[in-house]
Amino acid sequence: MLDAAILGAVLASIVAAATILLLASLGELVAERAGTLNLGVEGMMIVGAAVGYATAYGSGSLILGTIAAVLAGAALSLVFAGLAIWLAANQVASGLATTILGLGIAGLIGSPFVGTRLDAAPALYIPGLSDLPLIGRVVFGQDAFVYLSLILLGVVAYGLARTRTGLVLRAVGESHVAAHALGHPVRKIRTLAVMFGGACAGLAGAQLSLSYTPFWASDMTAGRGWIALALVVFSAWKPMWLLAGAYLFGAVSILQLHVQGFGLGIPSQLLSALPYLATVGALVVISALKRGQGAPASLGVPFVPDR
Amino acid sequence: MSDSAAGASAKPSALLEAVELTKRFGALVANDHVSLAIRAGETHALLGENGAGKSTLVKMMCGLLQPDSGELLYDDAPIMFPDPATSRAKGVGVVFQHFALFDALTVVENVALGLAGHEPLSALAERIRDCTVRYGLAVEPYRRVGELSVGERQRVEIVRCLLGDPRVLILDEPTSVLTPDESENLFRTVDLLTDEGRAVLFISHKLDEVRRLCHRATVLRGGKFIAEVDPKVETSSSLARLMVGAEVPRTPREVTHELGTPRLLIKDLNLVGDGSRGSALHDINLEIRAGEIVGIAGVAGNGQTALFEALSGERPASDPESIVIDTVPAGGLGPTQRRALKAGFVPEERLGHAAAPDMRLSDNVLLTTHGDGEIVRAGVVRHSVLNARFAEIVKRFDVRFGGKDPKARRLSGGNLQKFVIGREVLREPVLLVVDQPTWGVDAAAAGFIRTTLRQKAAEGCAILVISQDLDELLEFTDRIAVMCEGHLTAPVPVGETSREAIGLAMGGSQGGDAGTGGAHGH
Repeated sequence: MLDAAILGAVLASIVAAATILLLASLGELVAERAGTLNLGVEGMMIVGAAVGYATAYGSGSLILGTIAAVLAGAALSLVFAGLAIWLAANQVASGLATTILGLGIAGLIGSPFVGTRLDAAPALYIPGLSDLPLIGRVVFGQDAFVYLSLILLGVVAYGLARTRTGLVLRAVGESHVAAHALGHPVRKIRTLAVMFGGACAGLAGAQLSLSYTPFWASDMTAGRGWIALALVVFSAWKPMWLLAGAYLFGAVSILQLHVQGFGLGIPSQLLSALPYLATVGALVVISALKRGQGAPASLGVPFVPDR
Repeated sequence: MSDSAAGASAKPSALLEAVELTKRFGALVANDHVSLAIRAGETHALLGENGAGKSTLVKMMCGLLQPDSGELLYDDAPIMFPDPATSRAKGVGVVFQHFALFDALTVVENVALGLAGHEPLSALAERIRDCTVRYGLAVEPYRRVGELSVGERQRVEIVRCLLGDPRVLILDEPTSVLTPDESENLFRTVDLLTDEGRAVLFISHKLDEVRRLCHRATVLRGGKFIAEVDPKVETSSSLARLMVGAEVPRTPREVTHELGTPRLLIKDLNLVGDGSRGSALHDINLEIRAGEIVGIAGVAGNGQTALFEALSGERPASDPESIVIDTVPAGGLGPTQRRALKAGFVPEERLGHAAAPDMRLSDNVLLTTHGDGEIVRAGVVRHSVLNARFAEIVKRFDVRFGGKDPKARRLSGGNLQKFVIGREVLREPVLLVVDQPTWGVDAAAAGFIRTTLRQKAAEGCAILVISQDLDELLEFTDRIAVMCEGHLTAPVPVGETSREAIGLAMGGSQGGDAGTGGAHGH
């Protein structure tokens, strides 16, 4: 029914869809391993998308746009960090506020660009390899975001498990009281982790508006930030599981589009809801199996040092 | 030898000295011009009741708190410790009462977090092994800290400090969580450290061990410096007088009253272990009659928690007949149903098990009294009755706290324990099961709690006390049984047993010499 070219295109778009989720959830994973639950991912992502699009449209440079998106995501994460870490406000409320703020800011920045279009980020072409049948385009013909996300994944996985920085970060997420007693600057480390999360969310937003769907539409993140949050739980806070989770959800979200295309008589709304249903289902199964294992022990608990 | 009490004149120079430190928390003066000098090669005791200001002083000496006035001298030169990392870098290591450990990480990772360098973990693991051999602190570097016993966790903390090569080691109530055997082991380590010329500050309110181990002792009371004495020439009662400011009464032991009917009958109780948390119980048999106190001794982690949970109903038994409370088979009943049989339970962990940390004390009263039919009628809380009961607990059990009705976590350990015991005692139970009645509680409060329990027994209550403090069990129980690996020995009257015999039983079939201080590791 499908020929190799179509199959290759479907697989390539799954990779692209998964990369957005991987980038955003990778950043959130780092923030959560440091003990901060930042529900602002959706907001930071869409601000990244809007700022990235505006910058790229204005300057004509996708690279400048991407850098601007990363900075914008990190900047918005500082709002969350200020509230939740330095003022020890409730993290859930602070995160939700960050998302709502981000959606508002993005709408404002993006309003002049409604209806415009950009040239999508170019795929990197590797002579020979990219021409391999089927997997050529999928593995060797993606744009820079895809490769960047995989490099970041490797760096984060190695960094968390093997470096002293990663050890200190995990320690802060396990017990901020103990880390503080040992003289580690808990709030500074958490702020940096949250900023990394914001930068990654901004990068994910850039991929969305500069590569995946190179135009601006308000609410174009469409809940991907929330799925990224769920993925972190799905992965049991382990980076390599994020890869599996992100590609699984990426696949569901792309395949439902193609199923809609076949006209099987299933209501399209139901199919569009599939990725979200899959999220809920995966979370239920995971939490039933693991009973909260793997969660950093201090996750979501505000830290107030002694006077 | 005994140039202690007055001698300001011929002091050898101090390694770390606190001069007139003062710290206020709002209206409370936690430390009021407190001075303390620690010398190289000496073990210095810091003595005081809970709330005397020991922890505040220690926190200021390691940079966790900044004094409002006064100064620290290190090698006779003024020094500031803005944070614990600085004090550690200067050679002041602290082992806190509540360990600064990360359960999810391995021993070697925990140690690495306390050190400044970027040493590879494999090299560090080797150094840990060397250190454990040298100081007799058995720990395995690659085990996860969450799996370790309390004694092992403490050894991890000490190893972490020692690898930083400290000149001053501060031990905050180190023996309050240890068995007699583990304490002996720790004392040997401390002696080795002072022999190497290090200074040790040993914080405790156990007077016997201070007298045995320490060269000097500073006594605090109510945030004020009381005296610096030579513990070797003092007696336990003279030290206690300094600490409390009054004589500490010994628990009266009356065995004159007649024993009544059996209130608790445990018959062939078995419990299957459920993995990491709950250990197994094997064929437990015990009878406690009205009017007697039975103690259960044993090294922590040998099934005491499982026994407590089986008795309280948190882990119901498969055979209802295996636990009989006042002639009613209760093995299958839940905690509330068992309380309805007029049983009361005081678990080991005060915050989180006995009391909800973030609920007010008056609400905490409700946690175990809601089924008694007095405070809650037809599902409605009668606040006047509740407040009256709360006031009665506070008054009769001398529970001290700031404010009118604070959250449970605001109370000191001793006061919260008095509150929890008071809550159960005022329910007028016929059976009381108490796990670690005086763990981390100061001498005066501990004496009060024991006296209260004796009185309840005299009034006809049957009491089961689980404790790792052998001296306590010998002091105020009538019979003692020993728990080892989920088995319980037959209880023996206190007059017919000895520390040695109990220590032997605590070691199980291997037959150690626990309690006499002989040299053997685990």
